Amino acid sequence: MDALKQELKENLIEQLNLEDMTIADIADDDMLFGDGLGLDSIDALELIVMLDKSYGIKLTDPKEGRSIFESINTMAAYITENRSK
Amino acid sequence: MNTNYHIKSYCSIKNNQVSLNGSVVYKDEEESFSSFIKAAYKDQNTKYPKFFKMDKLSKLAFLAADVLLKNENLSSEEENNIAIVFSNKASSLDTDRKHQESIQNKESYFPSPAVFVYTLPNICIGEISIKYKLYSENSFFIFENFNATHLLTYSNSLLSSNKADQVLCGWVEFDGEDNYEAFLYLVSAEGTITNSKQDIIKLYNT
Repeated sequence: MDALKQELKENLIEQLNLEDMTIADIADDDMLFGDGLGLDSIDALELIVMLDKSYGIKLTDPKEGRSIFESINTMAAYITENRSK
Repeated sequence: MNTNYHIKSYCSIKNNQVSLNGSVVYKDEEESFSSFIKAAYKDQNTKYPKFFKMDKLSKLAFLAADVLLKNENLSSEEENNIAIVFSNKASSLDTDRKHQESIQNKESYFPSPAVFVYTLPNICIGEISIKYKLYSENSFFIFENFNATHLLTYSNSLLSSNKADQVLCGWVEFDGEDNYEAFLYLVSAEGTITNSKQDIIKLYNT
């Protein structure tokens, strides 16, 4: 799980162009949206694509994303349970 | 039509060099466009993380506008009625190609929302408007070449009809790392350079 969390942080920084951030800046329980990392609605769509492309998870209901993308912890837990690759 | 408008200031970015009113403000000969524009942005100390999420056309337009408008000491309290009239030849082709590549293969069909939102050239105007809180008139025109006559006519029209107090206009072209150029200028009632076709072309060619 720790390796997955590390990988997610790396992907987040690269895919979402969080230029001034490093892995050390993102805590496992940091809020990804709102007052946390300050991601926006386009970032949310990018995360949905990332789940599909990297882990073979297709979100049928985008509303699910709200709880899945709450933090690195919640993302890692969801991916571990649902990944197909 | 009032022809007493002037070019208050101008900025150009080409050949890995940023100039404001004819003076070089940043230069880097070794870098690729991506490295150059990032270094030039950091040199400006603007602190606007969304810059890194922009496509290359928007980065180019944003930086040129930022260098120019920062020098104007705009009021952050009052609304600045600055219209924007941009133009280029390649539209958003660089980003269009990137998007097309992501949907080329049906077996690996993963279009990026963050890329797709930049598949229009006027998105770069939106980026500048958001940063500088401009709620003004704006247009983006596609021409075969730099069209000083059109920019002159359009900016004069916006000013004489009181649609704007100033007009930020020019040419922002990006069609590959080796083919980019931005030339923006601010038309106003103030300034020493006449807003004329001859002067616009002269500044564009410097």
